[in-house]
Amino acid sequence: MEYFLEQLINGITLGSIYGLIAIGYTMVYGIIGMINFAHGDIFMVGAFISLIAILAIGLTASASFALLLLALILVLAIAMILAAAYNWTVERVAYRPLRGSFRLAPLISAIGMSIVLQEFVRIAQGGRPKPMQPLISGGIELMHTTTERGDFVVRLSTMQIVIIVSTLALMALFTALITRTSLGRAQRSCEQDMKMASLLGIDVNRTISITFIMGATLAAVAGLMFFLRYGVIDFYIGFLAGVKAFTAAVLGGIGSIPGAMLGGMVIGLIEVFWSAYFSVEYKDVAAFAMLAVVLIFLPQGLLGKPEVEKV
Amino acid sequence: MASWQTNPVLRVDHITMRFGGLIAIDDLSFTVGRNDITALIGPNGAGKTTVFNCLTGFYKPTEGMIVMRHEDGKEFILERMDDFRISQFAKVARTFQNIRLFAGMTVLENLVVAQHNTLMKASGYTVAGILGAAGYRRAEREAIEKSKYWLDKINLTDRADDPAGDLPYGAQRRLEIARAMCTEPKLLCLDEPAAGLNPRESDDLNKLLLSIRKDQGIGILLIEHDMKVVMEISDHVVVLDYGQKIADGTPAQVKTDPAVIRAYLGVDEEEAPPIAEKLVTEAIVRAEHESQPPGKQGER
Repeated sequence: MEYFLEQLINGITLGSIYGLIAIGYTMVYGIIGMINFAHGDIFMVGAFISLIAILAIGLTASASFALLLLALILVLAIAMILAAAYNWTVERVAYRPLRGSFRLAPLISAIGMSIVLQEFVRIAQGGRPKPMQPLISGGIELMHTTTERGDFVVRLSTMQIVIIVSTLALMALFTALITRTSLGRAQRSCEQDMKMASLLGIDVNRTISITFIMGATLAAVAGLMFFLRYGVIDFYIGFLAGVKAFTAAVLGGIGSIPGAMLGGMVIGLIEVFWSAYFSVEYKDVAAFAMLAVVLIFLPQGLLGKPEVEKV
Repeated sequence: MASWQTNPVLRVDHITMRFGGLIAIDDLSFTVGRNDITALIGPNGAGKTTVFNCLTGFYKPTEGMIVMRHEDGKEFILERMDDFRISQFAKVARTFQNIRLFAGMTVLENLVVAQHNTLMKASGYTVAGILGAAGYRRAEREAIEKSKYWLDKINLTDRADDPAGDLPYGAQRRLEIARAMCTEPKLLCLDEPAAGLNPRESDDLNKLLLSIRKDQGIGILLIEHDMKVVMEISDHVVVLDYGQKIADGTPAQVKTDPAVIRAYLGVDEEEAPPIAEKLVTEAIVRAEHESQPPGKQGER
């Protein structure tokens, strides 16, 4: 029971990070119907920017909690802005000129951009993994059992609380943005009929750019969280995290934001529980097998809407 | 002089549209009156929809100029503007032959999204909107009020929160017009608004268009095959054939124009096989069947 609870917390934490990245995939797919394969690398870039910002500020774990929090918010803001700039540029140079071309063209371009970002970071920052002492320590003890083999403590660390709370907050904010504001309405109208939207005076190119920017800010949040939680990053983390998040987006129903979040949770939980109870080596296989099973029985994903048939 | 000649809202000036070797519009000029209903008619393939596509920025005409002129004297050269700017600044709105509503959004949202630019400005490009600033809330309330006004006008108030795709066909057509009106256009371009409507819906549409002209004081340019609609409501008719203008005038003038009759019946009336002629004639006057005795067909 204690073991289960601990794994559940770990799974939700990992799932939150996947979910944040998955929202970026799902929003871009929703609006222009392409998979932005470079999105995982934007997450990686976000993590690196966070690392650089932390070192530049000279942040260490010895700082007081309030100061630490303030500094991390600053780091987060820097990472969000710069990651957004990266993603905006990627869209501007690699996808927009190909809009209206055949469907596969931006997809191939996206794979190219993914490699460009990876190699850029590898050359600029070096290929070795970058470790970091944990900045945020402490937490709440949820359960304490003593057995003859020793104490077993289930802890909810402050870092995990930060990750889960900020994910939920961002999720609520983005849902409100999409459903309540005029920007969200414009995005949804572009999803359905770009030409018609522009005839109603909506600047479609700008709306698409904003979508990429929004996706990138969430990826940057995920990047910082990932770095703080796992304490080590390298130029290659974007690939696997990106594929997992993409899987999460498809699993949840691509195009749906709550779906992306749910998909992320499911993938994170499966991965953690499989590692905990079966074998660590096969955790990725388990996650992707789950995707296959879901898609066979629910082709639109868990929360996806079936395609609207035009009569 | 007719109103469309003295103070036009739209001036189409010698436009030509070539697609490779095909000339879709050939040196076409006409004007649209500020408060007129202007019908653009012609046989299939005459280039009517191409004219609309040039007006709304889908195509850039190969030659010529299209000028929108507002009451305050501001002029907009449409072929030099992006499509979203044509709607936003030059104030031209359009509907399509096939319905292009945002089917997954509600009826009300379809109308509010057409007021995007006003709302975007009021919301400080979303920042103030998220913070729930009073200015944005007021702007949104006004947008909803305006949408309700149009819903009331097209008799869809009770379906405001249904997905637009669930409405019956005739209602979707009316909603499209209402949505175009929510962008506050000075010129409303309608591509076959009466297509597929039954006689009663068609009458409702006529009433709606006449009331738009009366209450909003804007110009309406419509492509229509239904001659009953054209003759009943339009002030001005422009006839196209093979991309060229063959007639331009009041409905009464156009109706009796020999060039128009020739275009609809075939070039050599005597030589054309009688059966083909009969088919064409029937197609034109089909709409008049209900209101006029069959004997009248002979007059045309």
